[in-house]
Amino acid sequence: MSARASALRLEGVHKSFGSFEVLRGVDLDVSEHEVVCLIGASGSGKSTLLRCVNLLERIDAGTILLNGEEITRRDVDVNAVRRRVGIVFQAFNLFPHMTVLRNVTLATTHVLHKSRAEAEAEATALLERFGLADKRGEYPDRLSGGQQQRVAIVRALAMQPELMLLDEVTSALDPELVAEVLSVIRELAEAGMTMVIATHEMSFARDTANRVCFLDAGRILEQGSAEEIFTHPREPRTQQFLERIIAAGRL
Amino acid sequence: MSADAETGRGDRRSRILGDLRGARNIGIAVTSTVVFFAIVAIVVVNSAGWPEVRKAFFDRKLFDSSFPEVGHAFLLNIRIFCIAEALILVFALAIAVLRGLPGPVLFPFRLLAVLYTDLFRGIPTILVIYILGFGAPALQLSGVPRSPLFWGVTALVLVYSAYVAEVYRAGIESVHPSQEAAARSLGLSRAQTLRHVIVPQAVRRVIPPLLNDFIGLQKDSALVALIGPIEAFRQSQIDVAATFNYTPYVATALLFILLTIPLARLTDWLIARDRRRQSAGATR
Repeated sequence: MSARASALRLEGVHKSFGSFEVLRGVDLDVSEHEVVCLIGASGSGKSTLLRCVNLLERIDAGTILLNGEEITRRDVDVNAVRRRVGIVFQAFNLFPHMTVLRNVTLATTHVLHKSRAEAEAEATALLERFGLADKRGEYPDRLSGGQQQRVAIVRALAMQPELMLLDEVTSALDPELVAEVLSVIRELAEAGMTMVIATHEMSFARDTANRVCFLDAGRILEQGSAEEIFTHPREPRTQQFLERIIAAGRL
Repeated sequence: MSADAETGRGDRRSRILGDLRGARNIGIAVTSTVVFFAIVAIVVVNSAGWPEVRKAFFDRKLFDSSFPEVGHAFLLNIRIFCIAEALILVFALAIAVLRGLPGPVLFPFRLLAVLYTDLFRGIPTILVIYILGFGAPALQLSGVPRSPLFWGVTALVLVYSAYVAEVYRAGIESVHPSQEAAARSLGLSRAQTLRHVIVPQAVRRVIPPLLNDFIGLQKDSALVALIGPIEAFRQSQIDVAATFNYTPYVATALLFILLTIPLARLTDWLIARDRRRQSAGATR
């Protein structure tokens, strides 16, 4: 692991909303091609952490480095950073007034300045790869939740990001639609995409993650391989959390 | 989209026709409509003053003779509000966007936008028309048009842009912040996000209130007559003064109605088409 280059590095990241400190000094190092899963209770800071990496939230203290380059400096071009970091949200956030194809090509044409023909060819290829080719002319509201989330993943992928952030992407889905989205993510992992995934799907985390981080009250309390975290958690808080998950039948 | 799920899409087809499926329901609707209007007609026709009112307002011969004249003058109304509407659509959007700009540096622009909407929504339209129509040409500045028509249209644009800007703003604010987050996360700039994601959704949502304002504008085009130009209302006044009969007013009213009703139906159709495209036949 250590031989690989660092794709993402967080050092002492703090973030508060008003008087509430959501992140209280997060350190995290993600290597290239690594899949890191963030687990933890709601409100532990998983989503905020991802939004900070995408610069959707400005951090109060600490530094974030993307492939060795500091992206939290005040003078950094946020649009340039976001081009390199894809994020997929829990609520899909597709653009409802655009077709699937347009959703995918909006940024590639207007941000990467690809020609319409080139962008559409690429988008079509990606949609095909994830079984959505026949949906390219549809509007998002006409798709199932699972299809919408796959389109959202394709939309982020089309930018050819160096890093993908997935923020509880299956939490808003009906149970029977979760599998199709998880298999897409698994495929991305196998293709070597560097990913940081906030998730409540523990078995998915166990199967796919190279490393699992347990967040508690704005800190990474414990991290290690899925085996270590799920079978031999050291911290009492981690044990407590996992016991509750097991009791709920989610593992 | 949850609103769709709550009301059920079938109920949205038409607010007026409501649930008219089934021959029995149609029969009831027709009968009650005929009875209602028959009663209204009987009451009006049997009133003591009806013969006088009929002569003064519904003179067939006068109607036929004044209608072409008033109709010709109405072309000016159409010109006035077509030009005004086009300008308002653009100008009001600029004001609304200006008002939504973030950051302390841009505070003066926001302030300006707020002052503008407060000012022009506060002053009665008729006063703005008078002040601009008589005041601006009186300045005798070179290069400033002196035509009352120009200033009449300008006054309408200024007043109605204030209203329409507020409509736009409501639409912009109704687009969920997650849409902006999604666009920005893809690397789109703030301006690109507004142009491609926020404004198109906002405009679709505000079409009905926007049309409402435009119907008001169409009627207020008659106010421009007060500073000179002879449009339909002014022409009908002239005709009334010549004959001491009010029938030309009825002719003018009819013209205004003939124009606004198709516009209202067109809007309903546009909204329905948009909704159909985006959500009908949802598979989830």
